[in-house]
Amino acid sequence: MSAFVALDEVSHAYGGSTDTPAVEGLSIAIEEGEFAAVVGPSGCGKSTLMKLATGLQFPFKGSVQVAGEVVSKPVKIAGMAFQAPTLLPWRTTLENLLLPLEIVEPYRSEMRRRRVEYSARAANLLTSVGLGGQGEKYPWELSGGMQQRTSLCRALIHEPKLLMLDEPFGALDAFTREELWCVIRDLQAARKITVCLVTHDLREAVFLADRVFVMSARPGRIVLERKIDIPRPRELDVTFTQGFQDIVHELRSHIVRART
Amino acid sequence: MKRGDIAVRMAPWLYTAALFIVWEGAVRLFNIPVFFLPPPTAIANAIVEYWTPIYRHSFYTLSTTLIGFGLAVGFGLLLGLVVGWSRSIYAGLYPLMIGFNAIPKVAVVPILVLWFGIGFVPAVLTAFLISFFPIVVNVATGLATIEPELEDVLKALGASKLDIMRKVGIPRTLPYFFGSLKVAITLAFVGSVISESIASNYGIGNLMLQAQAQFQVPLIFAGLVALAVEGIVMYWLMAILETRMTGWAQRSGFAQA
Repeated sequence: MSAFVALDEVSHAYGGSTDTPAVEGLSIAIEEGEFAAVVGPSGCGKSTLMKLATGLQFPFKGSVQVAGEVVSKPVKIAGMAFQAPTLLPWRTTLENLLLPLEIVEPYRSEMRRRRVEYSARAANLLTSVGLGGQGEKYPWELSGGMQQRTSLCRALIHEPKLLMLDEPFGALDAFTREELWCVIRDLQAARKITVCLVTHDLREAVFLADRVFVMSARPGRIVLERKIDIPRPRELDVTFTQGFQDIVHELRSHIVRART
Repeated sequence: MKRGDIAVRMAPWLYTAALFIVWEGAVRLFNIPVFFLPPPTAIANAIVEYWTPIYRHSFYTLSTTLIGFGLAVGFGLLLGLVVGWSRSIYAGLYPLMIGFNAIPKVAVVPILVLWFGIGFVPAVLTAFLISFFPIVVNVATGLATIEPELEDVLKALGASKLDIMRKVGIPRTLPYFFGSLKVAITLAFVGSVISESIASNYGIGNLMLQAQAQFQVPLIFAGLVALAVEGIVMYWLMAILETRMTGWAQRSGFAQA
């Protein structure tokens, strides 16, 4: 039985094989229900990892498997969220959440009949991230943090098995970011979903993840795998403990080495 | 209503009135002959005196302009979607369109006359040719600037290109499209009047040409005023349409409503 997300000796370059590869010899295995964080210097191919694991790009060399299947087309069991919330300004918050259901099967063909049910589900999801009653508002009427919560909900509405997050909290202020850490922590705990978080914030990675993977500078590959055995549920206070700080420092020294 | 609001509302009328008053004053002060620059009062007299022909010719110009504009909207929207759909079509058509747009449309009118004779058809076609370009460019731009992250989110769900176009591309292009209509409608007037001046027996362009031949300078200016009024009214209608259709893109106004 292989891992839920398994990249094996993967190499990938964008502009053809002559370019410097974005990732080379990249191997990573994320177990089902695990919260994995990938950290690394900027430009190390973290986003490429996201695209490979969701079937938006296919590797030149090596293999990518998700849920036991070789990835040959977009992985529909994945939800994605990015640094920019990318909500549609002409749709209300609730309608924005319904967008994935209008595209992915089996919801797509049932949309017309079960719209009320789906809307209720979207409203519940909004409530679970602290946005109860905000569904009728337009995205631009929400604060940056609220928009990002909406974006997370949109990634989760079709109940994906895998959640891919690409620096989702990068553009937020420190307090809002920590609030959202707790939101994502609780969502993952409640749904037992597999999460792959790409970030450059080491505290974020250590606070949220079961395992942290450190990537090298371009061409990216995994240079370190660090299990985080801080017991769950974790409160924000844990980030100020010595043990936590030690892990952050340890990872930091690896990143510094990875940059050179 | 606040005092500032009233000032803003009155501003267009006050500025227009001021223009005409300064104009009138300057003409009288410097004794400018009527056949050189007629004062607004003389133009107003001409409008009253020649009301029937001005009205008829204006209406004719308006109809050629609107038909040409309508063609431009349909064709521009279609071509914009096609160009925005595929990068290779974009790459292939863009230089052609720029080259075509660079040709002065006045140079095309003789060819149109050669093909269709003088009058209605060349005027409509010139209005069409001159006004479709901004629509195409704006629609294509709207499609080309979809956020790649959003595209990824949808593609990862298995969305087809058509899905992305329908759910994201076309709605987000609408503000660009309706914005371009304001530019296109004024250009359409330019096109139809050019064609009428060169090759027609009807229309404001032709009326002004006749007035010039007869040295009725106030009537020439009356024609200009008629065109300006039509232009403003159509622009204003396009602006209303824009706000109606794409209120979400004009946040401040929408939030207050």
